[in-house]
Amino acid sequence: MDRLNECDGPIYMNPSDGKYSTSRDILFVARGAEAVVEIFSDIAVKTRIPKRYRLKEIDTRMRKNRTFTEARIMSEARRIGIPTPIIKDLSDYVIVMNRVHGRLLKDCITTELCERVGALVGLLHKGGMIHGDLTTSNMILSEDGRIYMIDFGLSFFDTEIESRGVDVHVLFQTLKSTHDGYEDLTEAFKKGYRPILDCADDVLNREREIEKRGRYL
Amino acid sequence: MKSGEKLVLGIEGTAWNLSAAVVSMKGVIAEAESTYTPPSGGIHPREAAQHHSANIGEVLDRVFNTASSEGVLPEDLSAVAFSQGPGLGPCLRTVATSARALSLTLGIPLIGVNHCVAHIEVGRWNCGMRDPVVLYVSGANSQVIAYRRGRYRVFGETLDISIGNALDKFARYVGLQHPGGPKVEKLAEPAEEYVPLPYVVKGMDFSFSGLATAARDAFDAGAPLGNVCRSFQETAFSMLVEVGERALAHCGKSEMLLVGGVAANRRLNEMLSLMCEDRGARFDTPEDRFVRDNGAMIAITGLIMLENGITTPVEASAVNPNYRTDEVEVTWID
Repeated sequence: MDRLNECDGPIYMNPSDGKYSTSRDILFVARGAEAVVEIFSDIAVKTRIPKRYRLKEIDTRMRKNRTFTEARIMSEARRIGIPTPIIKDLSDYVIVMNRVHGRLLKDCITTELCERVGALVGLLHKGGMIHGDLTTSNMILSEDGRIYMIDFGLSFFDTEIESRGVDVHVLFQTLKSTHDGYEDLTEAFKKGYRPILDCADDVLNREREIEKRGRYL
Repeated sequence: MKSGEKLVLGIEGTAWNLSAAVVSMKGVIAEAESTYTPPSGGIHPREAAQHHSANIGEVLDRVFNTASSEGVLPEDLSAVAFSQGPGLGPCLRTVATSARALSLTLGIPLIGVNHCVAHIEVGRWNCGMRDPVVLYVSGANSQVIAYRRGRYRVFGETLDISIGNALDKFARYVGLQHPGGPKVEKLAEPAEEYVPLPYVVKGMDFSFSGLATAARDAFDAGAPLGNVCRSFQETAFSMLVEVGERALAHCGKSEMLLVGGVAANRRLNEMLSLMCEDRGARFDTPEDRFVRDNGAMIAITGLIMLENGITTPVEASAVNPNYRTDEVEVTWID
């Protein structure tokens, strides 16, 4: 990414190419299937990239809709008490947000933290939202001790038991495949999740059913 | 026949296609088919089954005759494989009955094959792929599949109807004959306008029934048919390619295989190869004869299963119209 300004201060956008820059250098770039996230010292810039395979009409519509939905869910989640990065700027395909400093939950997971994750996911579901990619790589234990949820790229608004069950199942799968003491961690999650959501047991039962289907990766 | 090489007879009959083939790992030795074409509208399960039972004797005669002209006699066969499901119950039962009779007569093992897994296996075999992400699109199924730990896992699938079914329903509504897919493709080709249609990807799953209805509505509202066909294809295929790309990224795989009847669509092929080119992945789809429903895919899968010691005792050979892809234990990838 081109740096445009050496000034202090958070972000600058170059009007000619719409690219963002800060006073400091880019630290690293994360590439997903549909977006590129550029991490600076204080901000993260998520840009949805165009796809050659689809019609321009569809491509621009989808990238705009997705960017907008993601930003909406991030701020909606934040409003109901789930720490998410603060959005600093939003344009058609780009979300500029503050960078959360801390450790990925996958590197520091404990049963105590897992219980708190359960409560956060419960809150999110109660708020009518599905994260869509709940993994311990998409949560950060910040320096101030709060757990942040990040990467709402696959999120959507939904209150179906099935969608919530899949959401929890995806998290359980990550716990199972990447962490020891899987049983204790899921139990801790349930302990945190149950008191938040009225139909929590329905969701957790559905999660077991989904696991039996052996479907999701 | 030269010794050592295993030969398997496979019989496919899940829906419209009744087909039998004798294969070795090297290739197809003999093949014969008889397809059921509804006089109007879609496939009627009972009539399709009647077609199968009326024609299966003749199809088997033909495949055995061709095989013997290639020097392969019925007693050279190592096993009989058949499509055990998923599919239309009456059709499945007709084929299973013949397969059991052959297995008992020839004194060789019976192998019940999952039709969806057979699409994948014949694709891997024909395209020389090891561990691909599979996009399986047909009149009955729309799934994104990837192998992990002993199963083909369904990564994403349709929440309502399949892409082929959606194309057929729309085609029938606007007055096109079954099968509608190829006709929609032809009409779409010269069209240049895009009519906005709903694009529904929810998590890893997709949905086509709302899209089919919206396309009908657009046609009723006077949009030129070619434009609606083009918009239908572009929207639906974008959804499939998007989930396919996510599966590649998520699973860290580098091969993409397209199978099922809708794989014959050239635009879908083009979109997938563009996506794979941009990701540095390899894209391929089997030859036409292996892409649509066919006996060779059942035979090849049966052969792979046989070589891995999997056969089906007659007591366990009941058909399963709802046989899921991820129910099959896959022991031959790792």
